[in-house]
Amino acid sequence: MATSTRSVSRRTFIRGGVSAFTLTFAAPAFLSDIARAQGAQARNLVVVYLSGGNDALSTVVPYQDPFYFSRRPTLAIPAGQVLQIGTDSSGRTLGLHPRLTGLREIFNSGRLAVVQRTGYTNSSRSHFQGYDIWGTSDPTLKATDGWLGRYLERLPEDPLIGWSATRELPRALVSREVNVAAIPDAGTYAFLSPNAGAEAARERVAATAIASHLPGERPQLAFVNRSAQAAFATLNRVATVATYTGSVAYPNNGFALALRTVAGAMVRGVGTRVFWVQTGGYDTHAGQGAAGGGAYANLMGTFGDGLLAFYNDLRNQGLLNDTLVLQFSEFGRRISENGSGGTDHGAAAVMMAIGGAVRGGIYGTAASLDPAPSNPTLENNGGDVRFETDFRSVYAKVLDGWLGADSAAVLGGDFRAGGPPIV
Amino acid sequence: MAGNQAHEHLLRRAGFGAGAAELAALEGKSAFAALAYVLDVEDQPDDVDSKIGQSDYISVTAVGRPFSPNTSIEDARQRWLFRMVHSQRPLQEKMALFWHNHFATAYSKVAGAVGGLQGTKMMALKGGELPGPPGQIELFREQGLGSFRDLLVAVARDPAMLVWLDGRTNTRQRPQENFGREILELFTLGVGHYTEQDVYAAARVFTGWNLRLVGNAADPAGYYEFVYIPNNHDPTAKAFTFPIYGDGSATIPARAAGAGMQDGIDFINALATHPATAERLARKLWNYFVSEAIPPDPEFVRGATGVYLTNGTRIRPLVQYVLQSRWFQNPGNWHGRYAWPVEFAVRAVKEVGFVGFSVDGMRAPLVAMGQTLFEPPDVNGWELGPGWFSTGAMLARINFASTIAANQRFNLAIAAAGAKESPDAFVEFFLDRLSTAPFDQAPLDTLRAYLVDGAAWTGSTAQLQSKAAGLTRLIVGSAEFQLI
Repeated sequence: MATSTRSVSRRTFIRGGVSAFTLTFAAPAFLSDIARAQGAQARNLVVVYLSGGNDALSTVVPYQDPFYFSRRPTLAIPAGQVLQIGTDSSGRTLGLHPRLTGLREIFNSGRLAVVQRTGYTNSSRSHFQGYDIWGTSDPTLKATDGWLGRYLERLPEDPLIGWSATRELPRALVSREVNVAAIPDAGTYAFLSPNAGAEAARERVAATAIASHLPGERPQLAFVNRSAQAAFATLNRVATVATYTGSVAYPNNGFALALRTVAGAMVRGVGTRVFWVQTGGYDTHAGQGAAGGGAYANLMGTFGDGLLAFYNDLRNQGLLNDTLVLQFSEFGRRISENGSGGTDHGAAAVMMAIGGAVRGGIYGTAASLDPAPSNPTLENNGGDVRFETDFRSVYAKVLDGWLGADSAAVLGGDFRAGGPPIV
Repeated sequence: MAGNQAHEHLLRRAGFGAGAAELAALEGKSAFAALAYVLDVEDQPDDVDSKIGQSDYISVTAVGRPFSPNTSIEDARQRWLFRMVHSQRPLQEKMALFWHNHFATAYSKVAGAVGGLQGTKMMALKGGELPGPPGQIELFREQGLGSFRDLLVAVARDPAMLVWLDGRTNTRQRPQENFGREILELFTLGVGHYTEQDVYAAARVFTGWNLRLVGNAADPAGYYEFVYIPNNHDPTAKAFTFPIYGDGSATIPARAAGAGMQDGIDFINALATHPATAERLARKLWNYFVSEAIPPDPEFVRGATGVYLTNGTRIRPLVQYVLQSRWFQNPGNWHGRYAWPVEFAVRAVKEVGFVGFSVDGMRAPLVAMGQTLFEPPDVNGWELGPGWFSTGAMLARINFASTIAANQRFNLAIAAAGAKESPDAFVEFFLDRLSTAPFDQAPLDTLRAYLVDGAAWTGSTAQLQSKAAGLTRLIVGSAEFQLI
């Protein structure tokens, strides 16, 4: 990873410049969004990544499309089991997976937005390319830093400005300037010492001093030291989060407990603006589960139950209006089931947004699953769902409309066109 | 432990650090002889497992049952860590780790499909200790320096892999492309050298490659083994966008199902000898052995690719080329690689001390550092290089330094007693014992100041015990120690 000096001047411009700018000019819509967002100091973004390529057609089920049943003879969820959420703008009737009862509850309260058929041209079927493309917002794979990392570079410097509840820092949060914290478990985030009392404190002082050495001519050493430095600088604040137990009971799994940690960080006011939580197992090549049951149903249970607990906790804490949850996955899956009771890698994916300011509803249109070559909503010889909404237009909406950033600067281009008005 | 710096570099990169045993073995050897010692693994005894449980070695911990590394994954992890600490064939374990990341297979999915007992056997059974084929990691130990083509064939038939990438459910009626995709994308050519249609054809090539259960899965003597099922094989021709045969033909011909296993052999032969595979391996070995600070030198890539292709895809000549190269030997590239968590933890143990410590004490810290053996995050392996150094993972390294320093407090104080005359000598002793990247003046001053922080230097036993432990944790937890 390359090193670089922090571009303080650019931040100062962004932070200080926008309000002056909007006073002088008749601001286009996105700039008033920025000004509005800057008024809300405490706004959070929580990104939820479903790792492995989520089978969008099992999450949001086109249960009146006859080809859904003919192409998925064992996997298809019977119409009577889906949780109906109505029709999209093209008149296609849709339902959530039967295990997403929590999300349906949020949908019914108008705070869940479902964005169908998100993606990009020539969708990669590779997990790793797909993950990098969604993470960097660059389908040409030239960018190495992440879209959220670039956003965080515009905020005041703070080692806890971003928090990934993972062991590895996700691509989307990689920045050349900001060390984003990766803290899967606040409870074990503490400084151990072979000695006790004052002697342990002396060690910590010395270790902190050693980590402050950032020689420009030794970039690898400086990189590791920046990480150690960020660890030392965040220990005390993270310790306050470790004691948070939540206003509701969270399910006892890694995903839900990570969400509880996120809620704790918000409640304790540690200053984090962007959180990252992920849950895996979505690479369902085999044994996905018949008729809405089995392995995929368990994934949906983990996903939906965790988010419902998080939603209710934030509501109880009065934080719902400051929070936007944005869910994505690196691709959707093949329409026809394979011989293993699973689905192979496909194309367009479903995104969701949840929060107190979310304009709930169904965005975009469902594909027709008819494999006829004339069907424009499919690609790959009718094998996969073709994207309709550029995923970057969703990012742009979140950046401009929620976070108060200039999406064109963060994303390296203006992708606002076609962005669903989810916030 | 003042040693030959080049030997220490070789031991950090081609092994797991410069412990007293390795340095003694290389004492007085020329660079050439040291390289031969490391590279000709068969010349060294293969008796490391017989040391498990003996005093003077790191211990293992099996609570309430016999140590069972063939049937319990936790014990398999302990055995592998023990081997990394004590093997007299460090390169063998180093290559096994390389291939474990390259063919990244996670125990949890395998065990979820076949149970923990069979899952552990598939990952880690040592040949001959129980009935059944050797575990995947033994494959990497046995064939890790052999022909890559043979290794690919063995991996394609490996029971753990057949579960991991769902090959066992890949049939002619419903081809399943998971293995077909990853053998192209991750195991050989890499993205950009094949098309989606190649992936679909690759899936059909391996239809019929399957598993069968022999005996009872709940019985340690039961096992899964590879079987080719002609009825499941797609006998039609498979066309690719790159040559499969020496005459340039890109189509695997239609074959009777009974002979259809040859499809996969032909395909693997083509992949193993494809120039893109050669270049990909060359680049990965550069990052593994030479440097993560600078990209592979084009001349290195050309040279390594040529060595691989002219030696029948054999890995040992390729590794020899790497370790003999001027780029490997250039001191400018020393400490230019970010230690993987297991490399860090094993080296910390080897260089700090291990008598009275158990490899079991490394397992939970390794999870927090982001590397659980037999549990890579996905088929792409671990996120290497800077990816290891998230704040949480770095804190876990800093804390493991504390754990091992606390454990070895008395041994360290005794060992350093000869250097107690001054703080400077004391620091010098530890910097010599622990093979770190050089400390610049400012952090060096901090280390010295730490020794007299709180009380003047007297060299008393109590002071030696607290400061030896504190100093060791500072050095092992430093960025300088994380670069190998």
